[in-house]
Amino acid sequence: MYSRQHFDEALDALNQEVLTMGTLVEEALRNAVKALVDKDIDLADRVIQGDTDIDRQQLDIEDTCTVLIAKEQPVASDLRQLVATLNVLGDLERIGDQAVHIAEVMKRLYGEPYMKPLIDIPRMAVIAEGMIHDALTAFVEQDPEAARSVAGRDDQLDALHAQVLRELLTYMMEDPAKISQGINFLFLSRWLERTGDHVTNICERTVFLATGKHVTF
Amino acid sequence: MEEQPSKFRIKDLDLFYGDNQALKDVTLEVRSHRVTALIGPSGCGKSTFIRTLNRMNDLIDHVRITGDVLYEGVNIYADYDVIELRKRIGMVFQKPNPFPMSIYENIAYGPKIHGITSKSLLDDLVENSLKAAALWEEVSDRLHKPALGLSGGQQQRLCIARVLAVEPDVVLMDEPTSALDPISTSRIEELIFELKKKYTIIIVTHNMQQAGRVSDTTAFFLNGVVVEYGDTEKIFFNPEDSRTEAYISGRFG
Ligand SMILES: Nc1ncnc2c1ncn2[C@@H]1O[C@H](COP(=O)(O)OP(=O)(O)OP(=O)(O)O)[C@@H](O)[C@H]1O
Ligand SMILES: [Mg+2]
Repeated sequence: MYSRQHFDEALDALNQEVLTMGTLVEEALRNAVKALVDKDIDLADRVIQGDTDIDRQQLDIEDTCTVLIAKEQPVASDLRQLVATLNVLGDLERIGDQAVHIAEVMKRLYGEPYMKPLIDIPRMAVIAEGMIHDALTAFVEQDPEAARSVAGRDDQLDALHAQVLRELLTYMMEDPAKISQGINFLFLSRWLERTGDHVTNICERTVFLATGKHVTF
Repeated sequence: MEEQPSKFRIKDLDLFYGDNQALKDVTLEVRSHRVTALIGPSGCGKSTFIRTLNRMNDLIDHVRITGDVLYEGVNIYADYDVIELRKRIGMVFQKPNPFPMSIYENIAYGPKIHGITSKSLLDDLVENSLKAAALWEEVSDRLHKPALGLSGGQQQRLCIARVLAVEPDVVLMDEPTSALDPISTSRIEELIFELKKKYTIIIVTHNMQQAGRVSDTTAFFLNGVVVEYGDTEKIFFNPEDSRTEAYISGRFG
């Protein structure tokens, strides 16, 4: 009977490529926030330039999926893996864009003293990176339980975002001169919170991949 | 998918060739005006099963059948005129098997056996059957030429036309395109879409993409057992049984 080995290897290689892209995205997010905290404008520039690599990788993996669909005419879980991968790529790419936004804000704020020490924003970044990493592990291992648990961590990001929002509002109300910077910080927090939503999408795709069922976390 | 009345109800069907059991406890319903695909590895009993539906297995020695095959509610193994049954339930085989006579005679043969003698009636039947089998355009100017001069794909459509000429209710097809090129195959598949408006179709195929394309319902056979039976979409998107998944994704063995 027709041997599956070649196709199985291609599917494994595809997962490796997704993990590699995920690592780039995690790094971009980590470096963007590090650049912000350390006021390191070179690092911010590298994050912005690095986004082209992420975008290119997305298109490469997309092509790999398309060719596999055309050549292997996959069904059942093979097909679901390819469809889910195409969706996951989109979410990873968007997280990469969010890292770029953060790096751009860093450059805009460059030279200004920060109105407050940055505590919650780096914390959010750490949570978000961990979620990206664990969500992709669950994805390639096709583990719906792990995916569900990663998605559950999104609440932490939402809570931190609400906290940052309240804090910034008090600063801005006390001193309207802080509004301009406050709004920038507000966006930062918002983008990190959005990252959690993209990770949640990845977790939903993992359940779809493993079970064929659509869920919303 | 909306509910269709069932054309066949098969219950606890066992079939033995001598000591060798080829079908084990097969229970399923075939819906009317639907295409049902039978898939499974070689030797799993697909042809045996499809032949039980018009009692073609009666022609084989040492066959023993238990269980029920109800066609429109009537047990075809209890009290059914086999000739009438095979008229109502036509069959198309893997290899096109036209008779060594003209295209016209190939199609008129069945109706003549069933008592139709009027030339004009036969002419109409030949034309309509060839049209229904999407062959008329290609052969209308050479109806009295030998059928064996047609291409393989045309011969297979002629065999379908021959089945349609006796005005059946069900068309059984056992790997009808396995000997055909992709173009002839897709013509037959298109034809199946047309035919299901009027007929109930049961097709055996080794081509998973074909089963996915043409059928509404799929039955997966393994070692004489129906492992999974359900909507084709479900079977190809998210099968219940890991053996079905392994088979349709080519992971078997
Ligand atoms: N006429 C026969 N006499 C004895 N045994 C038979 C006969 N026809 C089929 N068998 C046996 O019954 C089993 C099922 O055969 P069947 O032809 O139904 O399989 P199949 O699913 O149609 O296979 P394939 O995909 O190769 O056509 C096999 O073990 C086969 O050897
Ligand atoms: Mg067979």
